[in-house]
Amino acid sequence: MATDGQKKVVVIGGGIAGMEAAAQLARMGYDTTIVEKQARTGGNVANWDHLFPEGRLAGEVVQQLYQKLSPVRIITGSSVKKADMLEGQYILTLADGSVLTTDALVVSTGFRTFDAHRKEEYGYGIYDRVITSADLEGMLNEHQPLFPGRHKGPRRVAFIHCVGSRDEKVGNRYCSKACCAMAVKQASKVKELYPDAEVYCFYMDLRMFDRRYEQMYLDAQAKSGVNFIRGRLSEASEDLQGRLVIKAEDTLMSKPLKMTVDMLVLMVGMEPASGARSVAEMLKIPVGHDGFFNATNELLEANCSGTPGVFLAGTCTGPKTIPETIADARAAATAADAYLRKKS
Amino acid sequence: MAVQFGYSINKSNTIDMDTAPRAMESYLLLHEPSFARCIGCGCCTATCSSGVFTQLNLRQIQLRIRRGETQGLLPEIQKCMLCGKCQMVCPRGVSTRNVVLSIQRALQLLS
Amino acid sequence: MKLAGKKRIWADYQKEIPQDNYFYVRSCIRQNFFPASEVTFLRILRQELGKDIYEHIHHTTCSGIGYHSDVIPLETTMTVVARQFALMTEAGYENYACSCITSFGLYSEILETWKHFPEVLEKVRRDLKAATGREFEVPKHLAHASDIIYKMRHEIASRARYKLVNRYTGQPLRVVEHIGCHYSKMFPSKGVGGAEYPYVLAGMVEAWGGEVVDYPERRHCCGFGFRQYLVQANRGYSVANTQKKFESMAPFKPDMIITNCPGCPYFLDRWQYVIAEMEGKTYGENGFGIPVFTYEEVAGLVLGYDPWDLGLQVHQTAVEPILDKMGVAYNPEKKYLGKDGQNLGHPETPAYSKVY
Repeated sequence: MATDGQKKVVVIGGGIAGMEAAAQLARMGYDTTIVEKQARTGGNVANWDHLFPEGRLAGEVVQQLYQKLSPVRIITGSSVKKADMLEGQYILTLADGSVLTTDALVVSTGFRTFDAHRKEEYGYGIYDRVITSADLEGMLNEHQPLFPGRHKGPRRVAFIHCVGSRDEKVGNRYCSKACCAMAVKQASKVKELYPDAEVYCFYMDLRMFDRRYEQMYLDAQAKSGVNFIRGRLSEASEDLQGRLVIKAEDTLMSKPLKMTVDMLVLMVGMEPASGARSVAEMLKIPVGHDGFFNATNELLEANCSGTPGVFLAGTCTGPKTIPETIADARAAATAADAYLRKKS
Repeated sequence: MAVQFGYSINKSNTIDMDTAPRAMESYLLLHEPSFARCIGCGCCTATCSSGVFTQLNLRQIQLRIRRGETQGLLPEIQKCMLCGKCQMVCPRGVSTRNVVLSIQRALQLLS
Repeated sequence: MKLAGKKRIWADYQKEIPQDNYFYVRSCIRQNFFPASEVTFLRILRQELGKDIYEHIHHTTCSGIGYHSDVIPLETTMTVVARQFALMTEAGYENYACSCITSFGLYSEILETWKHFPEVLEKVRRDLKAATGREFEVPKHLAHASDIIYKMRHEIASRARYKLVNRYTGQPLRVVEHIGCHYSKMFPSKGVGGAEYPYVLAGMVEAWGGEVVDYPERRHCCGFGFRQYLVQANRGYSVANTQKKFESMAPFKPDMIITNCPGCPYFLDRWQYVIAEMEGKTYGENGFGIPVFTYEEVAGLVLGYDPWDLGLQVHQTAVEPILDKMGVAYNPEKKYLGKDGQNLGHPETPAYSKVY
């Protein structure tokens, strides 16, 4: 419980950004509360199996973050419905009608994965063997066989980059940043589990920007034997055996290309979380055309929302990898701390 | 043919990975594993002593082998003068010299 | 395949199709290709369903065939289309129904253009007035004729004399549905079911007892194009597209094909003959081709109309295998007799394509 004079911070969203920001704020001595919509903390990352570049287990990483939350009050299964400013404090009304007062807010609403149904031509939700990268993480996590059925011979898998990213047709012009590395990670994992499988990555540009990611790419080629084809999928359809016929242009060959695969993995990009817009309206946070929040200065004040006492952390301001999210959350905590220290 | 139509049915130019012959690719991956490291940057082709006067394009030959489009490869690869410049510029450390020699051996073996 | 996934998409692409009172415009070419289809459409709507559907004697081409062959500029086409709308307005109608898919795509394109560029609409009004003295209203609803049959599919089913069921096996007939490219590829929201998984024909097939076959090249163009067929030297490219579709659908062993475009049934039908004569390859059962129909012909068969009144004798790929499977009564003696009972003449027997 809050001691007298201890300032309070509420973190909206208990994904890894919210967890890290809350842990840092608690460490700095603030009375910190996380309000999380889901029944558990950990956000999207808690759904993953293992993480690039080194293959750390997502569950362990989330657990490590969780262990730092002992001084933090966590309210799960709830959300902030109303925020009123009164004498320099925010009075927050939660979904169940309870009220929290706070001196500052960290907004870490995060992302949701792109709804692959919207790329109708890829047949997600229609053709049985079309899955998303998020589905594959779940299957790997539960040690499900990737190719159920009687067929014994080598299998073929295609990973499709940029599904819901860099695509004006679905309204997402931006790059989701993490999917290229995730695709290479998943492709290598499939080869590790099924050495006979033929694995292909269909990419537009391969954005392996980190020093370790380029190594992952090289290992995927040279050690795992993953094939890379530069070209975006135009459509998928099902053949008589229920396998998928996919079409793309091999843009380096300047020729159309088709192949039949046993599994099609759609690398779904990041979109702002479903509740992000209402949080933005409630706290008067500027929102870009893409739905992500705009900071007051994307270079030097990337965690400042422009609303006094409201700070931004993690993927609510745009797609990020995990280390970037963690660094961003710490920066948001530092910004909140600077604000609270100045506040009498 | 009973009827003269005045045209014939066009053939598809699609690369069909379901039927593409992959023997040459397998041979190269086995005998010169660095073949797998190519990222298609085109440095080899840019610097190629022969390629500026002929159609020799090592980047594309690499890709053609990976897609099973190996018809007509011999006269192409014979244009290489084995000067070694491509290997000097390759950012991925592909042993292009051995790639070229392996292609020639594979063509003999597979013919 | 998860049907629920398709239903989810179909639910997203529903359009308002009026029940009645249509101004109907025919296609330039369908009366030559499939001579009874449009007549059958009118017969079903007027005589079976008692609808008011009006045709105007002064209706002309929409000029889409010229527009798509690069010989008529869009501005001219718009003024020609405006004249059709003037005929509709003068006749007191607001619902415009067209037989041709390319017309439908073109009307959709023009109506969208006018919506976003009202100054273009005003110019077309001035041009039409100057050229013909006519004025027009923009139609309240635009429907392709297949939208209307789709809308009435259950009423047709309730009057059905035959079903799309194989009477020998009791199994639903396996039907490939082929949608004309200009139906919804340009404007997915204008077509029933959208562009990737259109429902307009699939809905008819389901309602009339058949089973829809989805195959890898389902979305591929029939190969008609415009210039691509009109110039003889390009026809190898046109037929290659059709061949690609047949190679892809053949493993699914479809019983028949249903289409909603002037060109598609023609090319899917005729090119089977050409492929058979050139390469000796046929795609149906027992050396026959896969019979190809317009949706009006299929509706007519379901309603029990005489196949020869439906113009099925002008199909190049034999239709009798389907008539036999459905159990449709027909008299082979009358196949090549005209409406007046005169002999129309008998087509030459091809070398490879099997005919009755």
